[in-house]
Amino acid sequence: MKYVQEFRDPKAAKAVLAAIARVADEIGATRDKPVHIMEVCGGHTHAIFRYGLDKLVHEGIEFIHGPGCPVCVLPMSRVDECVELAERPEVIFTTFGDAMRVPGTRKSLLQAKADGADVRMVYSPLDALELARRTPDREVIFFGLGFETTTPSTAFAIQQAAREGLTNFTVFANHITVPPPIKALLDDPHMVLDGFVGPGHVSMVIGTEPYQFIARDYGKPLVVAGFEPLDLLQSVLMVLEQIRDGRAEIENQYARVVPAEGNPASIAAVEDVYEPRPTFAWRGLGEIDASGLRIRETYRTFDAEEKFGIGYGTRGRAVDEPEGCACGLVMTGRIKPPACPQFGKGCTPDMPLGALMVSSEGACAAYWQYGGARAEEPA
Amino acid sequence: MCLGIPGQITAITDAERMMATASVSGVRREVCVAPIAQGPLEDLVGEWALIHVGFAMSRIDPDEAAKTLEALRALGEVEEELAAMRASAAMLEETR
Ligand code: SF4
Repeated sequence: MKYVQEFRDPKAAKAVLAAIARVADEIGATRDKPVHIMEVCGGHTHAIFRYGLDKLVHEGIEFIHGPGCPVCVLPMSRVDECVELAERPEVIFTTFGDAMRVPGTRKSLLQAKADGADVRMVYSPLDALELARRTPDREVIFFGLGFETTTPSTAFAIQQAAREGLTNFTVFANHITVPPPIKALLDDPHMVLDGFVGPGHVSMVIGTEPYQFIARDYGKPLVVAGFEPLDLLQSVLMVLEQIRDGRAEIENQYARVVPAEGNPASIAAVEDVYEPRPTFAWRGLGEIDASGLRIRETYRTFDAEEKFGIGYGTRGRAVDEPEGCACGLVMTGRIKPPACPQFGKGCTPDMPLGALMVSSEGACAAYWQYGGARAEEPA
Repeated sequence: MCLGIPGQITAITDAERMMATASVSGVRREVCVAPIAQGPLEDLVGEWALIHVGFAMSRIDPDEAAKTLEALRALGEVEEELAAMRASAAMLEETR
C-alpha cells in the first residue's frame, strides 16, 4: 500500500479498496481470470500510474489502457501533413505543445521548427486567432487536435473568425470522437473487455447519452469518472457492482462536473462547424467509421485542407508505423508496454519512437515515468 | 492536454465576444465564456469554472475547484498548463 498515504483521504481510499476486493471476490475474479476494465481517457491512465492504482486494487482486476490520448492515436501521416503545411514559407503553423514531438515519417514538428519552419506552440486556438489578427500578411494555421473536450474550442474560434471576416486563419482539423473507437473495440473479437471507466471531461461536453449503446447493444457497464484517485477507485467499484448484479448501465460518478445533457452551447457550436468524416485512421486501431470530424462547407474558407489541398485522404497512402513499434498491440490491450522490444531501448520519453511515449497520458510514457521496478516485470 | 484547470472569472472584458479575464492559479488569462454563458454575463464574475485551452467549459463550486487543483498538481498538470499559458502570451507579445 505504498501510495495510499498520498491520497487526500487515505481512510476513504482504504475503504473503497476493501469494497473493491470484496466485490471482486464475489465475482470470482483472480489473477489468472481477471476482470478487464478499460479506462478510456489518457488522463485516467496517467492517474492510475501516478498512484499505482493498478497495484493497489485486488489482483483480479486488470486495467486496459484505452485509446483516449489524442496525441497517441495520431497516425504518422497526419504528422507528415502538419510538417508539409508548416514548411510552406507563408505559413505560421500553430499547435498545442503536446503534438510537437510526435514522430512523423521525415520529422516531427519540433524538428521542422529547428529546420526553420515557423511552428509556434500556443495554449489556445484563441491565441492562434489573435496571431492571425496581428500578422495579416501571413497564413496562420491552427492544428485542431483532440477529442470532444477540445473540439468546441476550435469550433468557437472558427465562428469568431467568420464573424470578423478574417482571411488568413484556418484550422487543420483532425478532431476525433470517443464513442466510435469504443464501438470498434467492442466489435473486435480479440477484445476481452468487461466494463469501462468513462472519460470525465469529454463527458462534460457530450453528456452521458452517447454511451448508451455500450450498455444497450453490448451489455457492458460504463461509469463516467473524475480525475482524483478516489474518483477512479469509486468508479471501478461501481463497474464491479454492476457486473456482480448482472446490470449494464451508464452511470455517472462525476455528476458534480458532468451534467447528463453535457454542455449544450459547445454541442451546438461543434454541430454548426463540423460534420463527421466517413472514416478516419487511428494509430494502432486502423480506420474507424465516423470517428473523425471535418469542417462543414459553410466554413470552408477556414479549412486548411481546402485552402492548401493537404489533408485527410489527399495523399492516398497509409504510412507504416516505425519498425519494431508495438504501439498498436499496446493500444488494444494485447501487450503491456514493457513487452515492446523498443521500450526503454529505442524508445524513451526523450527520444520517442512511438506516440505512446510522447505524452504523459500515453501508456508507455506513464509506465516509464512511474513504473520503476514494475517496468521490469514480464507483461 | 485534455484535463483543463480550475480558474476564477474576475472580469468581463468584451461582452460581445464573450471574453473574460480569469485567474488560474495566480496567472491571469483571457478566456471565452461562451460555453457557460446563461443569463447576464456579469453574473459570472467571481464564479469558478474549469478552463480548458482558453474556454470556460463548466461551472464548478469553489470546493470542487480546490480538490481538482490538488489532483492536477499531483499529476504535474498545473505547472504544464501554466507554462503553456505563459509561453503563448510571451509569443504573442513578441508579435506586436
Ligand atoms: S515502447 Fe515506444 S514503440 Fe513500443 S509500444 Fe511503447 S511507444 Fe510504441
